[in-house]
Amino acid sequence: MKSSGNNTLNPHRNSDIKITASGLNLWYGDNHALQDINMDIHKNKITALIGPSGCGKSTYLRCINRMNDLIDNTRITGEIVIDSKNIYDADIDVVAVRKRIGMVFQQPNPFPKSIYDNISYAPLKHRLIKKGIESDELVESSLISAGLWEEVKDKLKSPGTSLSGGQQQRLCIARAIAVKPDVILMDEPTSALDPISTEKIESLMMDLKKDYTIVIVTHNMQQAHRTADYAAYFHLGNMVEYNQTETLFNSPAEALTESYISGRFG
Amino acid sequence: MNNQKNHNPFYDPSLSSRHRSARLFKAFTRGSILITLAFLCFFIFDMVRTAYPAMWQSYVKVEVSYNEKSSKISQKAIDKKFRKIVSRAWLRSIPKLLKQQPELMGTTANQWVLADDQVDQYMKGHHHNLKQKQVSVIETLKTNAQIELRWNNIFLSQGDSKLPENAGVYSSLIGSIFTLFVTLAIAFPLGVMTAIHLEEFARDNMLTRIIEVNINNLAAIPSILFGLLGLAVFINLFGLPRSSPLVGGLTLALMTLPIIIVSARAALRSVPDSIRQAGYGLGLTKIQIIQGNVLPIAFPGILTGTIIGLAQAMGETAPLIIIGMIAFIPDSPNSITDAATVLPAQIFTWAGMPERAYVEKTAAGIMVILLILFFLNAAAIYLRKKYEIKW
Ligand SMILES: Nc1ncnc2c1ncn2[C@@H]1O[C@H](COP(=O)(O)OP(=O)(O)OP(=O)(O)O)[C@@H](O)[C@H]1O
Ligand SMILES: [Mg+2]
Repeated sequence: MKSSGNNTLNPHRNSDIKITASGLNLWYGDNHALQDINMDIHKNKITALIGPSGCGKSTYLRCINRMNDLIDNTRITGEIVIDSKNIYDADIDVVAVRKRIGMVFQQPNPFPKSIYDNISYAPLKHRLIKKGIESDELVESSLISAGLWEEVKDKLKSPGTSLSGGQQQRLCIARAIAVKPDVILMDEPTSALDPISTEKIESLMMDLKKDYTIVIVTHNMQQAHRTADYAAYFHLGNMVEYNQTETLFNSPAEALTESYISGRFG
Repeated sequence: MNNQKNHNPFYDPSLSSRHRSARLFKAFTRGSILITLAFLCFFIFDMVRTAYPAMWQSYVKVEVSYNEKSSKISQKAIDKKFRKIVSRAWLRSIPKLLKQQPELMGTTANQWVLADDQVDQYMKGHHHNLKQKQVSVIETLKTNAQIELRWNNIFLSQGDSKLPENAGVYSSLIGSIFTLFVTLAIAFPLGVMTAIHLEEFARDNMLTRIIEVNINNLAAIPSILFGLLGLAVFINLFGLPRSSPLVGGLTLALMTLPIIIVSARAALRSVPDSIRQAGYGLGLTKIQIIQGNVLPIAFPGILTGTIIGLAQAMGETAPLIIIGMIAFIPDSPNSITDAATVLPAQIFTWAGMPERAYVEKTAAGIMVILLILFFLNAAAIYLRKKYEIKW
């Protein structure tokens, strides 16, 4: 295992950095789930987090929008700086953080509301829009961005849960982008979907990175390879290697990374 | 062996006895259902059979003379031989009638009037303690078609009475409605708020666990103790009016609270956490998540629990006896602070009455309660189906 000091792997420092984690540690009770993570995430790029089950990918992802705050008994040290502000500072309101950092979950989880209300609910609550024409426009534009508009434009009033799994996941993406975040975090967004839906979501991600910084956790190596610009390999709470996807997959610097990528374990 | 001859590759010698025990088990389970159903049917049948006569009430056609004498001593209004035949409740109403309609004074009328309860029992073929003389009077009336059983509209429109022929459930029904209204108004908001706090806000620590255990224990406390508590706190300490729906409702609210809390918590817990996560992920605040997404899903469950709690409160008798809602209260309450009685307490009172005529009233009262409970439960099912959110 690498010593923590050497984990500062920041390829291409010159390019635009959106998120910087430094000295990030997280404990679930006594379980030291993240150990001194240092990582720069690039703006308008897709960054994939890969690694065996239980290595801390989801935990790290949830640190970026402070979803771990909701779990009892967690302790976090270190910083995550987004747009030159540490989101763990005392004067930060988590609600504001989560509005700027959207999240898409492994299981599609639409609200028990109509397709329309699924998308308009949060923007209305954030007072980004008013009811009526503004809301109609936002629903339409979000659904168009999520590539779902053509399929649902005639049944906006039917429940979100009446859609197929893949459509539901795109609805969740539409819902996330409707609040106009800067960053979208995706935790295994396609693991519950069939190959065709997966492909749709992947091409959607490629479209979305023009406007958003995307961080995705995936167990699908091809997916990481196909979609991500950067990839980070996690192992037992450590970030072992972080580089451009091509480099990480074709000539990994670490033996652990290589054996995982070549499918020896994980 | 036969099966071997047929080359059955699936032959298993132990199967026949295994199937037999499975069949036996099925027969036992079916038997239990049948026994339960039999008890239920017997109970309902017996109740209906006993309550049925209460739907009818005997009336006699007698000559009534309205004059000065009968306005003072109302018995004088009718022939002596009918005095034990007509209801004293009706006789008592003559002076009042004359005051309201003075033009009747000095007239005589051949009219149908309410019969005495003993006469009524005789007409229904039940046990009675009429003298031979009165029986023969009734028989004469019968042959002249001057006595008959009519639809009993007193039962649903009158309050309690010491005269069974004039007793009804109306005022206790109103008392029950007032009491349950107080119970609902107190227990529903308190219970739902408590459940929301425990499920959505409270951290899992010693204090919340103690509260939880106590709420669950509250549901197991014998109801009569709540009556004593109500007596000590609401009546003696706070000085609220005795026998009032206010005190009764507060006491029943204490009993209904744990039912509402437990069912509301279960309903909240059944809301998948992914819904809350989705809300947090969008930067919604806790109240927005609970109001907009959690409560709508939990609502049918909360509603069902509340109605079931109310149904239970509806049938509760012991604590209300303790706080005095058993007193003889013929008038229906006009407000929640008036003295009142409730349906189960009314039934309890009637069940203890010596007159044979109260037996059918008791059974009829039970039928009324059963019908109300049936409708409450049907409402619970209907509302749950109506507001259920399909995934
Ligand atoms: N809510 C939690 N409470 C306590 N421990 C947790 C919690 N969530 C995760 N852990 C622990 O933290 C470690 C990292 O978990 P995490 O979910 O981040 O792994 P992961 O890399 O996302 O795995 P997977 O690929 O299976 O999703 C694991 O050891 C796990 O047991
Ligand atoms: Mg995970």
